[in-house]
Amino acid sequence: MDLGLNEQQELLKNAAREFLENECPEQHVRDMEEDEKGYSPVLWQKMAEQGWQGLLIPEAHGGAGFDFLDLCVLLEEFGRALVPGPFMSTVLGGAVPLMAAGSDAQQSEFLPKIASGDLIFSLALTEPSARFDEAGIEAQAEVSGNDVTFNGTKLFVSDANVADYLIVAGKSGNGTTLGIVATDQPGVKVTQLQTIARDKQCEVVLDGAKGQLLGAEGDGWNILQPIIQKYTVAECAYLVGLSQMDFEISVDYAKERVQFGRPIGSFQAIQHKCADMVTDVDGSRFIMYKAAWSIASDQPEDDTTLAVNMAKAWTSEASRRVVAHGQQIHGGIGFTKDYKIQLFFRRQKRAELAFGDADFHREAVATQLGL
Amino acid sequence: MDWSDSPEQAAFRKEVREFIQTQLPDRYRPKDAFAPGADSSEGGEEESELTAGWQADRKSQDPEKRETAKQWADALAARGWIAPAWPKEYGGAGLSVMEQFIYNQEMAESGAPSVGGMGVSMIGPTIIVHGTDEQKEEHLSRILSGEVAWAQGYSEPGAGSDLASLQTRAVRDGDEYVVNGQKIWTSGAHFADWLFALVRTDPEAPKHRGISFMVMDIKSPGITVRPIIDMGWKHPFNETFFEDVKVPVKNRIGEENRGWYVGMTLLDFERSGIAGAISYKRDMGQLKHFLETEDGKRFRRQDFNTTRLELADRAVETEVLFNFAFRIVSIQNRGLVPNYEASVNKMYGSELHQRISRTGTKAWGLYGNVWDSKSEHAPMKAHHIKDYVGSVPHTIFSGSNEIQRNVIATRGLGLPRG
Repeated sequence: MDLGLNEQQELLKNAAREFLENECPEQHVRDMEEDEKGYSPVLWQKMAEQGWQGLLIPEAHGGAGFDFLDLCVLLEEFGRALVPGPFMSTVLGGAVPLMAAGSDAQQSEFLPKIASGDLIFSLALTEPSARFDEAGIEAQAEVSGNDVTFNGTKLFVSDANVADYLIVAGKSGNGTTLGIVATDQPGVKVTQLQTIARDKQCEVVLDGAKGQLLGAEGDGWNILQPIIQKYTVAECAYLVGLSQMDFEISVDYAKERVQFGRPIGSFQAIQHKCADMVTDVDGSRFIMYKAAWSIASDQPEDDTTLAVNMAKAWTSEASRRVVAHGQQIHGGIGFTKDYKIQLFFRRQKRAELAFGDADFHREAVATQLGL
Repeated sequence: MDWSDSPEQAAFRKEVREFIQTQLPDRYRPKDAFAPGADSSEGGEEESELTAGWQADRKSQDPEKRETAKQWADALAARGWIAPAWPKEYGGAGLSVMEQFIYNQEMAESGAPSVGGMGVSMIGPTIIVHGTDEQKEEHLSRILSGEVAWAQGYSEPGAGSDLASLQTRAVRDGDEYVVNGQKIWTSGAHFADWLFALVRTDPEAPKHRGISFMVMDIKSPGITVRPIIDMGWKHPFNETFFEDVKVPVKNRIGEENRGWYVGMTLLDFERSGIAGAISYKRDMGQLKHFLETEDGKRFRRQDFNTTRLELADRAVETEVLFNFAFRIVSIQNRGLVPNYEASVNKMYGSELHQRISRTGTKAWGLYGNVWDSKSEHAPMKAHHIKDYVGSVPHTIFSGSNEIQRNVIATRGLGLPRG
């Protein structure tokens, strides 16, 4: 038992931090909020040169062959730097489903291009029902051989505005069927939503959208289970980094901001908030990594499911408490657009809601525990 | 990151488990204490929460209980496991931090009582580091044999969170100190044979530098131990009064006026607090199990089902506490000393304890307020309402949670002291 990073993970973490401090400063985060695409193709290519889009992809397909826990180390740094763009969409919503269910031909076709930064993917799962369970899927999937045609509306699809392909989940008969759908066809209509985090979530209307079948017809929900689990833990990892940075900025501010002739960080009212923040951040980090470890080391399915539900139940709430304290410590400056802390506050809410908020996962924990 | 045992760790865990399986007396084995008709007379009201079990048994009127206590102590002593963390040369097992952790984890899982109390955890290590050969000779073996039990005299009525302001005075008179004053919250002093205490030997010096550390026979003339009955009718604590108590100078541990630093001595003990997390998890398992029984259905509140989601929350929070414990031992196992992390565990664990007791109490609606554990109207023998009261001190003792937050903020995060 050991709750520290190994040498390779330390290297990855340090390299990522240094790279992102240079390449993804605060101004870049702000610029991308206003940007139509929401990401920088130049930075995207540089990230591919770091080997990040292909981190999980096997070496045979042009990737680095790291495991899921390693990816979470990287995503913690993404949360810290609030990296904008379709990274999680492409890795969790593209590479992971393709690795899980893609045919040899599909893997050979898509994975190298994901690793090289030439393709952007996204997972088109949620719909106007806004649910993360199978019952939420109403879009229709019509299968014919290896082809599948989708009709319906997908909502809250991240980065569909820039995605080359979508992994779409639709209903066929009694089951769920997945397809790989190119976005450059008349049957796919993408509209951006304006969201609190100014990320690029979209409505995607599928009107006879054609794609290739991913996995067996009707087997989609089984395939999606571990993918959704990974995506959920990935959001937790992002939240851990986000919370850590919000906390560090707030503690630094408390050391510098002087009122009544002394730094406000010398007041217990502020100190105790900071103590609670570090408890929430640390608690989030380990419960997230426990879930990541459970996935990466192939622990029994029930254990992994419980660990994932627990991680998102806790991290969703703990990160919200952290950013709320962060705002309060900053006082008036904190709620101005110009100051950086609000960037964290707004992005926390997106990730809190993504792949199930605390209520959703608390309910799942209760079920898992047989309550 | 790895939550699983290495092969060596797994082998040691197996060894501890087998030992417990074969050696733990039945009296200390977990029973379904909440099953209808279970005998609840054991561990009754008169036993202190802090010292229940072995400590009380060893001084019991009942020869059978005394024999059981001795049997368990002898079995542990044979392995050096009364003081698993002490170096071998002093009669300990010299276990590594990770082995101590596994030992503590398995003991807590089995519900086995620890033996030796503060003798093993506090005064023994202090004597090992600061004691003279004569003091080691006199005290260590008697701690290990379970012959002598110890109590701690630190807090005073005027020195709680601000411990260094303590006023109990020791005046040197030839080969003796004459001690006058009062200690409070002396846990288990009513079971103890000896007391270790911080006393003021130089009232003129700055407050941390006028304190000495000494040990005294609790039967010394002039020492009076009076019970403090807590709000749950229990007797975990005492007041201890000193009136012209003569303590030989040779009973001072370390130099005169250096007692504050002697008292801060820490050996290389694992400090994860894993036992707390294990007991909370067990507690919730018992609640869940009882809810499913006929009795549980009878008592369960009918108006709302808030218990389901609350218990899920408590389970998640307990998982967080487990990880905090694992983190401490990971840090120690890498040869580092935990900083603010130990304060996080104390603060978070004690507050979680109170939340768990509240969740348990809420599950029973009005029945939640029945105190009489033998009443037919008491769900789970009134366990939760007693825990609700019994957990109140946990956010106060061992450094109040406000002090812990101060420590986290100043020592951990580098915020300026107020």
